[in-house]
Amino acid sequence: MKTLEELAAIRDRMKGRVALREGSNDIRIVVGMATCGIAAGARPVLNTFVEEVNNAGLTGEVTVTQTGCIGICQYEPVVEVYKAGEEKVTYVKMTSEKAKEVMEKHIKGGKPVTEYTINI
Amino acid sequence: MVRTHVLICGGTGCTSSGSVKIREAMEKEIEAAGLADEVKMVQTGCFGLCASGPIMIIYPEGTFYSRVTLDDVKEIVSEHLLKGRVVERLVHKEDESKDVQPVSLAETTFYKKQHRIALRNCGVINPENIEEYIATDGYQALGKVLTEMTPEEVIDVISASGLRGRGGGGFPTGTKWKFAAAQPAGQKYVVCNADEGDPGAFMDRSVLEGDPHAVLEAMAIAGYAIGADQGYIYVRAEYPIAVKRLEIAIGQAHEYGLLGNDIFGTGFNFDVKLRLGAGAFVCGEETALLTSIEGKRGEPRPRPPFPAVKGLFGKPTIINNVETWANVCQIILKGADWFKSMGTPRSAGTKVFALGGKIKNTGLVEVPMGTTLREVVEEIGGGIPGGKKFKAAQTGGPSGGCIPASHFDVEIDYDNLTAIGCMMGSGGMIVLDETDCMVDIAKFFLQFTVDESCGKCTPCRIGIRRMLEILNKITEGKATMDDLTRLEELCYYIKDNALCGLGQTAPNPVLSTLKFFRDEYVAHIVDKKCVAGVCKALLSYKVDTDKCIGCGICMKNCPVGAISRLPEVPAGKKLAPVTIDTSKCVKCGVCMSNCKFKAISKQ
Repeated sequence: MKTLEELAAIRDRMKGRVALREGSNDIRIVVGMATCGIAAGARPVLNTFVEEVNNAGLTGEVTVTQTGCIGICQYEPVVEVYKAGEEKVTYVKMTSEKAKEVMEKHIKGGKPVTEYTINI
Repeated sequence: MVRTHVLICGGTGCTSSGSVKIREAMEKEIEAAGLADEVKMVQTGCFGLCASGPIMIIYPEGTFYSRVTLDDVKEIVSEHLLKGRVVERLVHKEDESKDVQPVSLAETTFYKKQHRIALRNCGVINPENIEEYIATDGYQALGKVLTEMTPEEVIDVISASGLRGRGGGGFPTGTKWKFAAAQPAGQKYVVCNADEGDPGAFMDRSVLEGDPHAVLEAMAIAGYAIGADQGYIYVRAEYPIAVKRLEIAIGQAHEYGLLGNDIFGTGFNFDVKLRLGAGAFVCGEETALLTSIEGKRGEPRPRPPFPAVKGLFGKPTIINNVETWANVCQIILKGADWFKSMGTPRSAGTKVFALGGKIKNTGLVEVPMGTTLREVVEEIGGGIPGGKKFKAAQTGGPSGGCIPASHFDVEIDYDNLTAIGCMMGSGGMIVLDETDCMVDIAKFFLQFTVDESCGKCTPCRIGIRRMLEILNKITEGKATMDDLTRLEELCYYIKDNALCGLGQTAPNPVLSTLKFFRDEYVAHIVDKKCVAGVCKALLSYKVDTDKCIGCGICMKNCPVGAISRLPEVPAGKKLAPVTIDTSKCVKCGVCMSNCKFKAISKQ
């Protein structure tokens, strides 16, 4: 390495990976990953969120994490989105495609995708 | 895509309690569970809470597991990593008796009051991966210095920050650099003193193990500031993990062009070499250390000339301690005012302490200067186990002194500690409770300096040996008040006449315990009593014949057969009580700890 630009490039590339360890982001996407969730296909959903957040360069703002059984097993895979200062949004019967849509419209766009939520 | 990082401590404390095996088992288990692409294991440096090791933290949740064992690995992987269920029984508990437990590291009282600058990357990054260091702004300070600042500006920033030597002396770092920079151009050297020798101190080791690049980068900055192209790190061979990580770090820095020739294309050259010390305490003294790097016997020499004028191989040299180096890059990046905003007016910044002794949270803490001893011991340290009373804190190791309970609220900084006859030292802090005898503590440290004296000057070689002999007499109950007077005289004489820091400070543990606990010395000499019940020669074990039921367990356990039965069985008892023959008794205390009826006591 010979220049400061190269150093900055490494820093920017690595920052996202280390940012995971800071933990307390404003937005948290929580995927239910108990036996019921995994059986219903929660793993691809979780991985999609992780990839989308990384691709969008949002690792500094969005945390993707998993949780146990929420208790509504018939609606799995369940995903909950927590935004600071807003009410929690619960998505049900999620898929990778739906996850991408939630990323676009809700996480980036700020509008919950109501047709996938439990409230409807 | 990685979604979870599992951080496991790879510091010396956790390594010795099995963290490497746990890491390997975790990696296998993660692989077997098909999670290798989603979960990344990261071996970090010390988290600080060594008492609760091995420590594991799982991000992004920030779940903090302590005292993890090999048997827990399967459950962590199948429950936490696979199903997202926190393994509650392994979550760190600050107080077993309380129901509500914090789950993340930052929420524990141990971390809440800390402010981490020197330790900022310890327990956060993988020290064996230079890119993780770069991710946390690593080598940015070196880049800034080389491309935007003149050497004078660098020294000005360090001077203005008020950074003082963290090895214990507290000498202003900027002033030291200025002296070396003012020497005529030519070969100069930058040295890192990593010869951490105080009993109970391990902060330098932890920095080297957890964030080795921070030291390398800072040394390169100093090289630029004073006009040196060669650095040496003098580290003890008994720190194998630190040595290994330094070797890796130096190798990686070369690979990335951050050490070597023409760094950042600016024409600045800097290289760092390691020198392993054999573990002699005196080699932590700067002139002895430099002599040792030169390949000679590690003996000090008189100053002046100071190393900044005539140091390594007779050339101008700056020598700073590991923790001092660990502050430098942050000061360059964030500015002198930022650094000065922490701590007290005359002691800026933070200080790392290695907490040990009678304290719940044995480990490593970094607090702003001016934090009170009470906060460090009671809040961060979690207090003294077993509900015992705080008696004193010993700081500065064999060169330091003790802070008694009457100064529990002292704000810790260089000048406040010096004012009460103690010293900051390198940062070892040993907490003592009511069961510690202060004469015995002084004796312990003096025994250490007697063993470690290099023998070059007479006051140290002979003088402190005489002091130790008097202390032995005192703890054996054979001393007179005249001995005490002679002990004090010797203290002052050695302080004034020894050649180097080792000898000049060796009497400190005696002087400061004499200052605050003279009555304990007098009790040993006049009353032949050790209040804390430590000095064996002054103890005697006695049987309370009313409480003794004559079960005979003590007789069976006594290793020297000093216990026998009294001839007569008293009325109302089935067996005769026992008695101890004090002429045979070796005062091991086995009888007392085995007596279920608390019939044996020591006096």
